[in-house]
Amino acid sequence: MTEHLCDLPAYEQVRRIKDGEISAVELLKSTFERIDAVEGRQATTEPYTPSPTDLEKVHAFITVTRERAHAQAESIDQKVAAGEDPGPLAGVPLAVKDIFCVKDTPSTAGSKILENFISPYSATPVKHLEEDGAVVVGKVNLDEFTFGSSNESSAFLPPVGNPWDPAYVPGGSSGGSTAAVAAGEATISLGTDTAGSIRQPAAFCGVVGMKPTYGRVSRYGLIAFASSLDCPGPVARNITDTALMMNAIAGPDSRDATAANTPVPDYSKGLMEGVKGLRIGLSPEYFKLKYPDPETGELIEQPISPEIESAVLAAAQTFAEMGAEIIEDVSMPNTHHGIPVYFVISRVEAASNLHRYDGVKYGYRFPDEEENLRELYKETRGRGFGIQPKLRILMGMYVSAEQYEKGHYERALRVRTLIRDDFERAFDPSGSYKLDCLLTATTPTTAFKLGAVYGDSVLMQYADLLTVPANHAGVPGLSIPAGFGENGLPIGIQFIGPDFSEATLLRAGRSYEMATEADAWRARQPKVIETL
Amino acid sequence: MPTKAKDKAEQAITMGIFKHLVDLAAFELPPEEEEYLRKELNEQLRAIRELEAIEVSEDIPITSHGVPYSVAIMPSLREDIIEICPEADDILDQAPEVEERYIVVPDIPSEALE
Repeated sequence: MTEHLCDLPAYEQVRRIKDGEISAVELLKSTFERIDAVEGRQATTEPYTPSPTDLEKVHAFITVTRERAHAQAESIDQKVAAGEDPGPLAGVPLAVKDIFCVKDTPSTAGSKILENFISPYSATPVKHLEEDGAVVVGKVNLDEFTFGSSNESSAFLPPVGNPWDPAYVPGGSSGGSTAAVAAGEATISLGTDTAGSIRQPAAFCGVVGMKPTYGRVSRYGLIAFASSLDCPGPVARNITDTALMMNAIAGPDSRDATAANTPVPDYSKGLMEGVKGLRIGLSPEYFKLKYPDPETGELIEQPISPEIESAVLAAAQTFAEMGAEIIEDVSMPNTHHGIPVYFVISRVEAASNLHRYDGVKYGYRFPDEEENLRELYKETRGRGFGIQPKLRILMGMYVSAEQYEKGHYERALRVRTLIRDDFERAFDPSGSYKLDCLLTATTPTTAFKLGAVYGDSVLMQYADLLTVPANHAGVPGLSIPAGFGENGLPIGIQFIGPDFSEATLLRAGRSYEMATEADAWRARQPKVIETL
Repeated sequence: MPTKAKDKAEQAITMGIFKHLVDLAAFELPPEEEEYLRKELNEQLRAIRELEAIEVSEDIPITSHGVPYSVAIMPSLREDIIEICPEADDILDQAPEVEERYIVVPDIPSEALE
């Protein structure tokens, strides 16, 4: 099999560049060749007519920043030639979810309302990744303003396809990130996770995705959705590269008052220390789904997909064999409240954050002459926003309106406390469980087909059932690949730990990688690249 | 959820309330979007109503974000020093209509106070 530089792990790309075996420009060339081979037609906001070939391509990018990337790669090569340290991510191709501002690039949020917005500055985590030597190859697609779990709500179409089978969704909202990384169109990507938007698509695309603790990574320059839940985080093909990204992006920021002022460990250290003595919990609430029946509204229970349940239990067995203590029957009784609470909190915050788009300061403006400012707002927002942002704004308006839903928002914030309490009990060092982390499925099923769920906003939201509790609680979560379903699509398993325990989660993930290194499933390649 | 509650939820967002929300949100909506949006809003509300069955007393504090925001991890406030924004012109360049560094808007609707 021919080796493509773009398929190497980031740590190996960096080693070869630093040792002078390859140049950053050569690596970039390999990455652009991959993009040209698998990407398909350019996504646009023009009226979309699907064609059969769209179902064979990835369509991960909204913007490919060829010239900007080339200049960055040349600068890395110059540093190497001059004997300077080019950084721990020297030359590594990075795709940035198009919800982050990156200086001098279109920063669209996947929305027509920001289609022509060129950011005058870069988000803090992007800046840190670039300072460490990463090369931004482009901005990747997402659900509009991150509102979705499948990438189908973007204004930029064709929708992103899952590299393992492009007729299936990549997940969302960071689906462009996970698809690009799985297909070798980038080695790493920066995503965001508000209800599972890094972990769910990571599971669907067979890559690693981490939602750090709320406040671990600055949100400055992230186009806001739900400010109390949004977390920037890494997407990579392995744990070692994920740790390199965390080293770059974690830390306080004078421009984000919620970025925690706590010491940042070296996430690369300790990855090989194993899991001996680690207390890993299994919770029955994470093996079943509880949701309202679409017809009757009654709460019904359904087990997660049996093949995903088997993957979680097999992983637990693997950890036990490596010396971890598996604690069963950990009670997390408020797990199923995660989605209803999210329906309230995230919508209220979204409605507030999205009021800034008005056709006045930046972004799309309705071009016709309007009688007054109010009419300009209405025409601009009515035409600039897609259907999902409109839905979220309207729901936010409703549940926060005193005259309609007295006390709903406050009630949701109290139930959020109960969700947080579940985790505090599980991780309490003097409690009955004393867990270092929970081990769960990331998603109830593997990826679904394009068009299968989109439009049903309630069913789509329940795709985040197993990931959203960590967002409410603020605790970190990590999704890693753990095999494939019968349909040939990836399965992800999730670790959730106490505040600022990212290093422990990465250690557990690395141990699992090492234990399963020789498994046959690890040799599989996504459909879009297996014939290249 | 009992059928009665379901019916209540289904009808909760009437066309009148919907029009009010659309006005609050400042949207001019094409008619084909109205039906979908109102249907989905009522569906979501049914899911939200699950919360009504949970016992939440006043003793349970609200959580506005998950990780406790203690003084120990709170970043110190920036010093109150005036800094010139280096990107002021780049920011103005993004405005749809500018005249001599002023952002241009149509007339601002107003009502005379009695």
